[in-house]
Amino acid sequence: MNKTIKSVLFYALVLAVILISVFPFYYAVVTSFRSGTALFSTSLWPFPVDLKNYFVIFQEQPFGTNIINSIIVATSVVVFSLAIAVTASYALARIHFRGRGLLLMTVLSVSMFPQVAILSGMFELIRSLGVYNSLPGLIIPNTVLTLPFTVWVLTTFMKELPKELEEAAIVDGASPLTIVVRVFMPLMWPALVTTGLLAFISAWNEFLFALTFTLSNEVRTVPVAIALMSGGSEHELPWGNIMAASVVVTTPIVALVLIFQRKIVAGLTAGAVKG
Amino acid sequence: MTFAVLQRSGSPGKTHHSDLTMEKIRSAWLFLLPMIITLAAVAGWPLIRTIWLGFTNANLTDLTVTEFIGFENYLSFYEGEAYGLLVDPDWWNAVWNTVWFTLVSVSLETVFGMGVALILHANFKGRGIVRTAVLIPWAIPTIVSAQMWGWMLHDQFGVVNEILLTLGIINNPIAWTADPDIAMWAVIMVDVWKTTPFMALLILAGLQMLPEDIYEAAHVDGIHPVKVFFNVTLPLIKPALLVAVIFRALDALRIFDLIYVLTSSSTSTMSMSVYARQQLVDFQEMGYGSAATTLLFLIIAALTVITITAGKLKLGEEA
Amino acid sequence: MVLRKTLLCTAMAALGFSAFVSAAEITITCGNVGKEQQICKESVAEWEKKTGHSVNIVTPPTSATEQLALYQQILGSGSSDIDAFQIDVIWPGILGNHLIDLKPFTNGAEKEHFQAIVENNTFKGKLVAMPWFTDAGLLFYRKDLLDKYGYEVPETWEELSEIANKVQDAERSAGNKKMWGFVFQAKAYEGLTCDALEWIDSYGGGDVVNANGDITVNNDNTVKALEMAASWVGNITPQGVLNYMEEDARGVFQSGNAVFMRNWPYAWSLSQNDDSPIRGKVGVVALPKGGEGGKQTGTLGGWQMAVSKYSENPEVTADLVMWLTSKEEQKRRAIVGSYNPTIADLYDDPDVNKASPFMGQLKATFTNAVARPSRATGANYNKVSTAIFNATYEVLSGEQTAEASVAQLEKDLKRIKRRSW
Repeated sequence: MNKTIKSVLFYALVLAVILISVFPFYYAVVTSFRSGTALFSTSLWPFPVDLKNYFVIFQEQPFGTNIINSIIVATSVVVFSLAIAVTASYALARIHFRGRGLLLMTVLSVSMFPQVAILSGMFELIRSLGVYNSLPGLIIPNTVLTLPFTVWVLTTFMKELPKELEEAAIVDGASPLTIVVRVFMPLMWPALVTTGLLAFISAWNEFLFALTFTLSNEVRTVPVAIALMSGGSEHELPWGNIMAASVVVTTPIVALVLIFQRKIVAGLTAGAVKG
Repeated sequence: MTFAVLQRSGSPGKTHHSDLTMEKIRSAWLFLLPMIITLAAVAGWPLIRTIWLGFTNANLTDLTVTEFIGFENYLSFYEGEAYGLLVDPDWWNAVWNTVWFTLVSVSLETVFGMGVALILHANFKGRGIVRTAVLIPWAIPTIVSAQMWGWMLHDQFGVVNEILLTLGIINNPIAWTADPDIAMWAVIMVDVWKTTPFMALLILAGLQMLPEDIYEAAHVDGIHPVKVFFNVTLPLIKPALLVAVIFRALDALRIFDLIYVLTSSSTSTMSMSVYARQQLVDFQEMGYGSAATTLLFLIIAALTVITITAGKLKLGEEA
Repeated sequence: MVLRKTLLCTAMAALGFSAFVSAAEITITCGNVGKEQQICKESVAEWEKKTGHSVNIVTPPTSATEQLALYQQILGSGSSDIDAFQIDVIWPGILGNHLIDLKPFTNGAEKEHFQAIVENNTFKGKLVAMPWFTDAGLLFYRKDLLDKYGYEVPETWEELSEIANKVQDAERSAGNKKMWGFVFQAKAYEGLTCDALEWIDSYGGGDVVNANGDITVNNDNTVKALEMAASWVGNITPQGVLNYMEEDARGVFQSGNAVFMRNWPYAWSLSQNDDSPIRGKVGVVALPKGGEGGKQTGTLGGWQMAVSKYSENPEVTADLVMWLTSKEEQKRRAIVGSYNPTIADLYDDPDVNKASPFMGQLKATFTNAVARPSRATGANYNKVSTAIFNATYEVLSGEQTAEASVAQLEKDLKRIKRRSW
């Protein structure tokens, strides 16, 4: 009896969490089926389903290209920042040397300036590197943006792993790089997937740099493309189109989470067992 | 750790020891090199430039007449009146707004994030769907979700008022984002909605790392789950939790989009970043705005150091 | 191709600027995606055909504030990435240093345009932008509701308050609980400065900072105007108006939930859409006077075309700008897109009037329009505007009395001004 009540309460809680998380997205889907004056209605009923807004966003601008751009940028950012962060965090977590704390703080301090503050300096840098209005011009600043976070998280996780792991490898005469790749990487999967996912999402959603460092629609990313949508006249907001675009943008992320969520758990359990 | 290795290999020679240590330190710096180069090359220049500009009177309308003016952006006197950042009530109001927002929202996010993480950690049917559903708020681009919430919280045709009115919870539509007192709560609510998944995911990763046997032992001994949580789980995931809190706090202290899109951005709800952006972009005061961001940086740095010290997060030594 | 271009350029340079047509490629911004950019593309295509040059159109962000930020970034770094910009009526003073003087290219064409706008676009004696289309605040009202309750269109704000109150109450007791009297824009942003200026000017309170740069805001008429506006909030205007921009106000009005609305002309055609519940029930007039002794006014809006100082082809770009802002093009744009011309003659043009019957009435509004103090305050305009909308916001939200707020505003403006604007 007690057990039933507990599990009912538990599922009620789960339901509440789902409802709160998903409701705004559901409402975005509903809104994306509407246009004109219907947009000002508050009905939660999605019908009639009108997909016009979805066609419009792909017709008026290269939205398909924008999505591909976003995928390229976000994927590259994840690859670069993880590659740099894994080696760096091994050094920071597993090797004693002077100035470690200071270095960690310095890395963190990069995240202490608001983006708008480094915007004009970054703009000049991007232009002088000759990557203005191109995808590398977005990958570089975004990697720097996500790097402090990935380094910190991976360092924390590396510190948690048991010492015996690498000791055996050192006895076998393995080089530090081998230790990282052979010993730590397999155990780090959960942390890598989690940080990679979070880095992917933040690069996917980044707006200010993407807006400032691009000019032509063909190299723009999705958030910028959405921000550029406009109605028929100056002050008019094409709400239905924006919502349609948001639904389209959010879907790949949801898919990504669905694919990787097993990996997050599976990997972590494996790590815990081995440890 | 090194010592343990040496003992096991059975040749505890002093020269060997320092050789190996030197070797390790060398490879450590080699490993750190890509990160240091990237950060120094890409972030170093803009950051140093910003700090420098804070000591000049640079203005975007004409950057050729930029002069070094020392601390005048921070404090100066003209005809007996004090000017500058340090005596600007709007700035201090923005600082207070930001700190208050950060305290409230990060606390709420930590509590809720922990709750959601514990739910996701439990074994039940449909866990995969829940895990995906929970991440949706984090996946929607901020510029979109801010606008979306602005629309949903609209006093006249917003769905939130509609639902609350229908359920009989309120009698009159609430002007969520217009009333300065409520607006800050609206921002906190949306921020909590949006970033709880981030917290939950990091805490979940920490939870998954914990060894099962501790819990089995606790279960066998019949210790109450709440007690287990506070005495076992919490201390064990503290490092992961603290890192999550620090990064959330850093983000919250720099909050911009949500306040900018959601509220009227009048001085009453302004955050430090909104203030800095107004100076840098709207007013074209590169010098003064850079001074504001430098001060913002110092405030954030101070708060971070306090958090790290208070949380006893060890940076230098072995954990 | 590149080589040929280089050769052509060299040849051109050697011959001096002559009738040679070099295939220059220029980049401009004009409107966002959708109809606005479509119309611009057509104009540009015609010019390309005439001259043999090619034009790239890039899409700027939708919000004017973000556009300005982006343009400042590009111009501030001396970048030649964009040759010509579509700029807001308040920007000439802010961007002026980065723009070329168009006088040498106009052949006197600027004399045909509204002189107020031409003056507005003159920065340090240079004509930095050509007027393209204009805008002014207007009063939208529900014809059907005024008829139903037997009211005339209000001439003064006092009349408006009274009618709004009566109609709102009558409609609410008739069952429309969501009915409000009057909606406008009162979020703390540029739009509130426009609204505030209209109230102040209509009461004869001046334009906050006059053409000579003197701060004139602290007077009884300004106080009266702001007190009037504050009396609306919570009574005939929802409190949410404190976070309304143009579209929020239109949303309420177009859903049939407001008797009066202050907005820009764009709201007219949308209110006449097929699915609009208020189709055929809307009237548009100039904004009311402030009391019997007041005047009808409206804040001047609109967009200009300007050429970057860093452009590699300033002459060619200026030629395009002159084409886009020419009488011929403005007429076409007025007919196909209802863009309000900046050339006075076009308001009497039968073709234009046939296409949008509403335009003839607007001529007087544009002639009487009040300009924001962007010219007098130059690069400081955004600070001035921020001070104005924050002061107004405080009064509307009831945090300050009008009197105290106006006195504080005067002090703030003096601080911004210091020695000179």
